[in-house]
Amino acid sequence: MEQNLLLTYLLFTPIIGSVAVLFFGKNQTKFIRWFGLFVSLIAFVISLIIYFGFDSSKPQFQFLHQVLWISSLNVSYNVGVDGISLLLVLLTTFLTPLTLLSTWNAIEKNVKMFTFSMLFLEAGMLGVFVSLDIFLFYIFWEVMLIPMYFIIGIWGGERRIYASIKFFIYTMVGSLLMLVAIIWLAVYASGITGKFTTNLLELYKVGPTIPHQIQGWMFGAFFLSFAIKVPLFPLHTWLPDAHVEAPTAGSVILAGVLLKMGTYGILRYCLPLFPQSAINFAPLISVLAIIGIIYGALVSMVQTDIKKLVAYSSVSHLGFVVLGTFAMTVEAVQGAVIQMVNHGLSTGALFLLVGIIYERTHRRDIAYYGGIAKLVPLYAVALMIASLSSVGLPGLNGFIGEFLILLGTFKSSVLNSWWYTVFAATGVIFAAVYLLWMYQRVVFGEVKNPELKEHLTDLNVREFVVLIPILIFIVWIGIYPSTFLGMTEESTKSILQHVSSFTFDILK
Amino acid sequence: MINLIYLTVLLPLLGFLFNGLFGSKIKNEKVIGIIGSSTIGIAFLVTLLAFFETLSLPVENRSNTIELFTWLNVAGLNIKFAYLVDQLSLTMSLIVTGVGFLIHVYSIGYMHGDKGFWRFFAYLNLFIFAMMNLVLGDNFVVLFLGWEGVGLCSYLLIGFWYDRKFEKGTVPEAAKKAFVVNRIGDFGFLLGMFLIYYTFDSLNFTEVFNKAASFPVSEATFGLIAIFLFIGATGKSAQIPLFVWLPDAMAGPTPVSALIHAATMVTAGVYMVSRTSIIFASAPTVMMVVAVIGLLTALMAATIGLVQNDIKKVLAYSTVSQLGYMFLAAGVGAFSASIFHVMTHAFFKALLFLGAGSVIHGMHEEQNIQRYGGLKKYMPKTYATFFIATLAIAGIPGLSGFFSKDEILWYSYANGGILFWLIGVITAMMTAFYMFRLLSLTFYGKERFDHHHVHPHESPAVMTVPLMILAFFSVIGGYIGIPEVFSGEHGNLFHNWLEPVYAPAIAKLNSFGSHSHFEEILLMVLSVALALSAIYFAIKIYTQQPDIAEKISARFKKIYNILLNKYFVDEIYEAAVIQPIQKGSEKVLWKFTDNIIIDGAVNGIAKVVYASSGFIRKIQNGITQFYAIIMMLGIALVLLWVILSL
Repeated sequence: MEQNLLLTYLLFTPIIGSVAVLFFGKNQTKFIRWFGLFVSLIAFVISLIIYFGFDSSKPQFQFLHQVLWISSLNVSYNVGVDGISLLLVLLTTFLTPLTLLSTWNAIEKNVKMFTFSMLFLEAGMLGVFVSLDIFLFYIFWEVMLIPMYFIIGIWGGERRIYASIKFFIYTMVGSLLMLVAIIWLAVYASGITGKFTTNLLELYKVGPTIPHQIQGWMFGAFFLSFAIKVPLFPLHTWLPDAHVEAPTAGSVILAGVLLKMGTYGILRYCLPLFPQSAINFAPLISVLAIIGIIYGALVSMVQTDIKKLVAYSSVSHLGFVVLGTFAMTVEAVQGAVIQMVNHGLSTGALFLLVGIIYERTHRRDIAYYGGIAKLVPLYAVALMIASLSSVGLPGLNGFIGEFLILLGTFKSSVLNSWWYTVFAATGVIFAAVYLLWMYQRVVFGEVKNPELKEHLTDLNVREFVVLIPILIFIVWIGIYPSTFLGMTEESTKSILQHVSSFTFDILK
Repeated sequence: MINLIYLTVLLPLLGFLFNGLFGSKIKNEKVIGIIGSSTIGIAFLVTLLAFFETLSLPVENRSNTIELFTWLNVAGLNIKFAYLVDQLSLTMSLIVTGVGFLIHVYSIGYMHGDKGFWRFFAYLNLFIFAMMNLVLGDNFVVLFLGWEGVGLCSYLLIGFWYDRKFEKGTVPEAAKKAFVVNRIGDFGFLLGMFLIYYTFDSLNFTEVFNKAASFPVSEATFGLIAIFLFIGATGKSAQIPLFVWLPDAMAGPTPVSALIHAATMVTAGVYMVSRTSIIFASAPTVMMVVAVIGLLTALMAATIGLVQNDIKKVLAYSTVSQLGYMFLAAGVGAFSASIFHVMTHAFFKALLFLGAGSVIHGMHEEQNIQRYGGLKKYMPKTYATFFIATLAIAGIPGLSGFFSKDEILWYSYANGGILFWLIGVITAMMTAFYMFRLLSLTFYGKERFDHHHVHPHESPAVMTVPLMILAFFSVIGGYIGIPEVFSGEHGNLFHNWLEPVYAPAIAKLNSFGSHSHFEEILLMVLSVALALSAIYFAIKIYTQQPDIAEKISARFKKIYNILLNKYFVDEIYEAAVIQPIQKGSEKVLWKFTDNIIIDGAVNGIAKVVYASSGFIRKIQNGITQFYAIIMMLGIALVLLWVILSL
């Protein structure tokens, strides 16, 4: 097999970068910041090279690189991307440098450790998206928890310890079950194929042969772990705490990329490995997803803390992604994939924007603000665009995802009922309520606090540089989504074909 | 010019970008205003040329599609950014760009000196951009893009003076209400689209309508699609039960009320029903629903309009009422009559709003008609044009409103029955009454304002010239739609022009019973006589004997209060829908389910683990002797088990 080293370069760039940071002096703050940004930009450039070399007309994994790692267990370092994972890789390498740039003033304490954590985190996230070995995947999945734990625990707000431990334990519980399932799966594979294997592509053939009842448990173990990460109702309560306490950079990465690991995991592992169970559980999971859409939106509406409001909105938005995934039509899954990116952009932008005023005033309560349109007009425009993107206004990115998901769910033969779409579509109404109400209370009206006039200054050049690329993509995806949908269509179809090829026993 | 139709979309977009990006730096009202208006002016000329080009084509070639690029292409779904240039879209485009241009020009005068002058023109251009997408889109998704886009612009423009109070609340609250209520409608529209895609496997107008005319699709499916779409229409076009946002939309600057909340955006629902006529025609039950909702809305809004004292509020309810007429027309199968009324209404209602703006301008922002009076001599041009528009809306023969309203009444009688006609005529009477009440209280009678503070004056030419142009069209606009009973062999020109668009729908509708010309003329005379008597009483009461009005309202205090408070619909919605959702979300979902149940379970498990490890920890106490004892005990147990199992 031909080996391609590009993904390995991509993966090791942030790893080497993060290790290098450890050798710098603690007080070389400025240098470390620039270095971190530089490394993340190199990773972005490599991912672009991969993007331009990627052949989107093929559903197969590309840029494969495989090296036998633990020969006794037949575990290898095995990486490759299809359209879906490449899209998420690009999202990661795109958001990381912007996030680093956003922390220029916000993070002052221990910049060295922070930059280390961020780069390490980037490597972990990339690893999750490019792994084609389930053992390798698990290592990245777990490793990535550690830097995030530190980011919340060290640079977070007042209740950071509670939040970081809650985050860690919640996700750990899910992961452990998944580990058990992974080991079981590999052992089971050795019974079928004659050798112990953790190669994902081989497991794709093995998984569907598992007897149904056991397969259900296996599916459950994987799914629980992913559902916590998404987070799916009712496993979502770690999210608001983690978001509120995390520093802006943490929230952006958490919402922008980390949550997508859950939805990506469902698409890459749960569906193809356990197709019969995925179909069996699809109605139940879709109901939970829809509850999440409505529940997240309603709870978001009554928040008094802007950051918490945005956090709950994630529960609602990710509900759409899960629903689309389990509708299992090309339209819906394509919508779910693009919605992962959309959420990363719009919620990422919202967290950045909340962070920007928080940096100036150290307040997050909505009631404190009001009338800031007069003081910070550019900021008001940026917040309007990010909010509208989140509301799903046609012409911006959010609409494309929601529309495809709802349309695809409507004609889904797996769910086979219109009611899913009818209930899910109410989310469209509520999203307008909670976001515009927030906007109205923060931005419109008379200037409420005279203090605001002193502290609140409009976007500076650095903040502009951070926001503009995100806003460009918000419009780009809204008007010309083909750039991205075209990239993932074949991969999506291939997953769905794989799933549907195992469905007869269900139908019998 | 048909091929260049995209210019009518592109130019307003460029105008928006220019004024939005550089407007705040330019600070020159003339530059901003001229750029903002000229983009729309040129768009109007392009539309006009495309119209004449289309007119020169043979009837069967009058529907053309201009494709730009592929927007969404997933699996079987293929949505193009493409514009459909046909009789219906051209008619709507002419109204939007034509009336839009006049209102842009008027705004240069009206918004003079406002700090947000540049912002206003940027939003206004953005609105035209969205509205043109709405009327030109060749598929449901582009229509929806425009649909939501105009909703956004409406939101931004209602909330234009975002730091002001409005009635019991604030301006931004009114803006948010408009957007959210519209979103409820959009929910229906979306479901309609999904069902269309599910049924016809396409969202392209031409494809869907062709299939709808020939496919064996059940009436129930058609009915469901039509109902979903109609829910969307009730939101955008302010019909029962979603009309509540439109009166509050008056919080925006008056040119916005004229352009968006009278002439163009609010008619989008009528346009949509008209565009999908084949679907509605395939669902007779829903047609009946549309007609009844339209009729009830027309009647209800007119009754409220009788007692309102804010000049813009009267006009707002009048708009709701007139939109009801348009749906009545569509519901009884007179699609072309509904678009005809969209057009004449755009002329006279835009004129009324702009006239009202001129009055408000001259009266130092006073909007209460009880504090006007005798303004005729101070504002002769405003008065003259306002008078013409009032005659037009009242349905006085010879003016545009007469032709369109009469056509609707005639069809509601012919296709719907005498009851439809009767309620329609009663509404028309009320319309004539409240409009002349408004006219009398404003321009005639005693001057009831404080002469020390208020010095009424006529508005500048930049405002009055658009008024005159609109007045001109309010008079002659109806002559392209002279009913057949008068025009003889030429027939109704407007009707003939649009006929091909509705041909498949009309073919599906049951043929209507034929009625004689005598009936038509008799009903016409009756309705005119009733309108004239209403006008007579209105003028008499409100200029000569204002005490009669007071006596009547005192006599029927209860009814008067109900009307004055708009049937308490807002209060009912607040108590029955908004409060329960808000309180429930806060108390039940967030503070109970999330914080107590789910987090309680999570933290509870953590506590149990912590407590049990605390217990087990005691075993791990580090005392060697203790471990030795445990070990001995263990060996003994194992031995016991081995011995017993022997």
